[in-house]
Amino acid sequence: MHEKTIAQLSAGLAAGEFSSEELTRAFLERIARFNPRLNAFITVTAETALVRARAADQRRQRGEAGPLTGVPIAHKDIFCTEGVRTSCGSRMLDRFTAPYDATVVEKLNAAGAVMLGKTNMDEFAMGSSNETSFYGPVRNPWDLEAVPGGSSGGSAAAVVGRLAPGATGTDTGGSIRQPAALCGITGLKPTYGRVSRWGMIAYASSLDQGGPMARSAEDCALLLGAMAGFDPRDSTSADRPVPDYAALLDRPLDGLKIGLPKEYFGEGLDGAVAQVVEEAITEYRKLGAETVEISLPNSRLAIPAYYVIAPAECSSNLARFDGVRYGHRCENPKDLLDLYTRSRGEGFGAEVTRRILVGTFALSAGYYDAYYLKAQQIRRLISDDFQRAFQQVDVIAGPTSPTVAFKLGEKVDDPITMYLSDIYTIAVNLAGLPGLSLPVGFATGLPVGLQLIGDYFAEDRLLNVAHRYQQATDWHLRAPAAFA
Amino acid sequence: MSLGPAEVAKIAHLARLAIRDEDVPAHARNLSAILELVAQMNATNTAGVAPMAHPLDMAQRLRPDAVAEPDQRACFQAIAPQIEAGLYLVPKVIE
Amino acid sequence: MEWETVIGLEIHAQLATKSKIFSGASTAYGAAPNTQACAIDLGLPGVLPVLNREAVRMAAMLGLAIGAEVARRSVFARKNYFYPDLPKGYQISQYELPVVQKGQMAIDLDDGSSKVIGITRAHLEEDAGKSLHEDFHGRSGIDLNRAGTPLLEIVSEPDMRSAREAVAYMKKLHQLVVYLGICDGNMQEGSFRCDANVSVRPKGDSKFGTRAEIKNLNSFRFVERAIEFEIERQIDLIESGGKVVQETRLYDPDKGETRSMRSKEEANDYRYFPDPDLLPLVLDDAFIDAARAALPELPDAKKQRFMEQYGLSAYDASVLTTSRELAGHYEATVAALGGEPKLCANWVMGDFSAFLNKDNRDIADSPVDAAQLAGLLRRIQDRTISGKIAKEVFEAMWAGEGDADAVIKQRGLRQITDTSAIEKVIDDVIAANPDQLAQYRAGKDKLFGFFVGQVMKLSKGKANPQQVNDLLVEKLKG
Repeated sequence: MHEKTIAQLSAGLAAGEFSSEELTRAFLERIARFNPRLNAFITVTAETALVRARAADQRRQRGEAGPLTGVPIAHKDIFCTEGVRTSCGSRMLDRFTAPYDATVVEKLNAAGAVMLGKTNMDEFAMGSSNETSFYGPVRNPWDLEAVPGGSSGGSAAAVVGRLAPGATGTDTGGSIRQPAALCGITGLKPTYGRVSRWGMIAYASSLDQGGPMARSAEDCALLLGAMAGFDPRDSTSADRPVPDYAALLDRPLDGLKIGLPKEYFGEGLDGAVAQVVEEAITEYRKLGAETVEISLPNSRLAIPAYYVIAPAECSSNLARFDGVRYGHRCENPKDLLDLYTRSRGEGFGAEVTRRILVGTFALSAGYYDAYYLKAQQIRRLISDDFQRAFQQVDVIAGPTSPTVAFKLGEKVDDPITMYLSDIYTIAVNLAGLPGLSLPVGFATGLPVGLQLIGDYFAEDRLLNVAHRYQQATDWHLRAPAAFA
Repeated sequence: MSLGPAEVAKIAHLARLAIRDEDVPAHARNLSAILELVAQMNATNTAGVAPMAHPLDMAQRLRPDAVAEPDQRACFQAIAPQIEAGLYLVPKVIE
Repeated sequence: MEWETVIGLEIHAQLATKSKIFSGASTAYGAAPNTQACAIDLGLPGVLPVLNREAVRMAAMLGLAIGAEVARRSVFARKNYFYPDLPKGYQISQYELPVVQKGQMAIDLDDGSSKVIGITRAHLEEDAGKSLHEDFHGRSGIDLNRAGTPLLEIVSEPDMRSAREAVAYMKKLHQLVVYLGICDGNMQEGSFRCDANVSVRPKGDSKFGTRAEIKNLNSFRFVERAIEFEIERQIDLIESGGKVVQETRLYDPDKGETRSMRSKEEANDYRYFPDPDLLPLVLDDAFIDAARAALPELPDAKKQRFMEQYGLSAYDASVLTTSRELAGHYEATVAALGGEPKLCANWVMGDFSAFLNKDNRDIADSPVDAAQLAGLLRRIQDRTISGKIAKEVFEAMWAGEGDADAVIKQRGLRQITDTSAIEKVIDDVIAANPDQLAQYRAGKDKLFGFFVGQVMKLSKGKANPQQVNDLLVEKLKG
């Protein structure tokens, strides 16, 4: 059963080929068997999963099942789950049991999806390799010595390792798309405001967005349909209807205009990756699409601007972790200052500490204009670049990541090199646009992802464009031999 | 822009983060490198460009003034490090 | 050297909303600790703020009442600092673009003149919780019920030149926010509190001196005393060769002095930036027009109208418009009586207010309503009772003995207006006091009052005073 996509599992459940309980047991067994090797899950909720699976089976008997009813999924451990540890990959929240469900969790529960557990991630979603997790690195199922990407590395590894057919992720600078690319799955970062941020632990509030990670665009469409929608609890949630993504997948691509930003194919892009991406673009031409070279002239400023805005917001967002009301508290604080500095110093790892320091500095007196304000102006320029491009083209395509998955430990001591892994994904978050990564082949035996970028709220178009490709190819169905 | 150990200590204090002395040079080095990366912004003239705080051009939604939250103290304090008589306890606050 | 004091006030008015500014938790005062602190108020991971419409409407009302511009677009920012009563490690406030910009308010000075005080801005923000320092084994206890209560911080220009002016401004603003119904004005509960920025400079200097900020003053008396102490401290310091340092100070009402706040000693770097969880607050004409339509008649306008419509003195009009309730009671009394505004003013400001004060009651709980008071005044008007007897009747009414007519009847207080009856009393008095009569007739006019007193006494105060006067003059002539 584990080799099936969500769409296939949904059909199997509907046809009575297997029950949700059987399906859930099958995935729980795979998790028990493979997770020690992958470290994709921080917490496995086997008991509640079985309870919910049985409830889903009953719901089906009552004739009230939807497409996700009874389908097992995993949640990135950044989403609050009532009564279940929600660690955010940090020692700070190692013993934090969330008292409420995130909207995304609530919505997927309501759709009848069965939570298998909480997936590993870079600490507070800060990282591109999953090596900053307090719970240790996740391994890439294609090469256990390679990183799965990050920060949603646990979700990506779980999906490609067939420990879960689909998972939630969050993307602040590429945290859904980059691990999706490095693990060879499909991942979608929706338009900012499309998916509620309520209950999703904030890293950088103006950039964070939750989204689906699964094998195929069709599966992502099913998941996004359940996750998206207006939430009155999130002031930045967009009040507009959610299209029936699954119903819009099959539109032909004839006449589709794909923009290829010249800045995404230049220096820094690995040659083998470039070749695979070119082949994917050739495939799109065969499918009827037309390609046009475009320019996003301020692309190179995305990383500099991001490393001001995201740390600035994170330095403030993470101030609430102070050892007073929940979370890690140091032993025997001698005074209030000691309580704060030691609880936080012990609770946060190196990368989180680094970003808090950068952000604190960027906002501090005398530097605000030079850093924060400047970065927000650059953000506008980057966003304007995209808007100009969308007057010319329907979607933008390019590599998701400049390289395939790199080795564990390879970049861990060099933050700047690590930050460059997100060179093609970050601008999308700054502009708030939707972006999707789909697997389009292999370079040196590791998956390569193609990134599709759409205009605001064009998730349906991105899913359609990815789906048509997946109808014509089978890269998204490939599994690492050891996990097939 | 490069930061020295004293500046790192000052920022760490502002952020209420205890940093081990032996880690300060590495932090100073990394922070300086990040600031150097960030300094690439300076080459671009942004005079007259409106700063963008949010991706979407939306206005703040307003909520009706209604009490909608029940008392959940017991639930919230079940995860608290130290409480007494319904209060969160901290080392003495000196005004 | 002659010194000039410069004072600016930052007043925090808690807005009288039912729920908090960014959450649906109750703002009611006095609940058990942390029972009104929801996930948002506690700053749990993943929670988000959503702005309370009513808090915005109230801020707009204040802006309109002080002739300020209500910003069409304003922005919420985070003020970052660590304190145990600040759960998120930042306070959501407004920084660069506040909702209310540049207004003013006139205050009355002791010499009867008036002075316009500039109001720089008023912005919306969330209140912090409370640190309780009672002994929890040498620890402090944190109650976050107050965290997230909406505050309007109203910042004045440094336009005040004495503690008296500062108090006059604060009282005027207090009156205004209560009039508007946007703040309950309860200073003991901290609903209306003040930080005072105080500096001194040699008279004639145009440059401001270094200021000290006195935090959290929650009574008019404390404001006056704290500022007076601070002025003296600063002058003494400078005159003895020292320098005032810019710092935050705390007023100790027991010692009557201000002291430096240790917790605020280090220079704060609040790292303000726009709150990414909240979008720009955009107010359209319809919103602002609705807030304007909801404005009640404001104190100054009401006072002016009372002077014109009722012919009252500035003093009477000012006292009667102290609160909307008192003004309403006065107007209802005049309306019920159908005139006699001066008589009504005397009674509302006099016995009525005195009894309220004595019993520490609000007008809403007064045992004598406007119609009943008018009923009493009508009996003065139609000479059924004298003003003096009316006081006795009022006291009985206050004690719940019924309305004026019932009390008059039951106690037999109807005024004697029958001339022959009064003459009979006068004759008795004259007969009983032959010596005084002789002295009076010999030219000792002052004894007239003695005879009036005796007549009133014998009639148990019920004889109509005017008739007694007139008849006595005749009878004493002989």
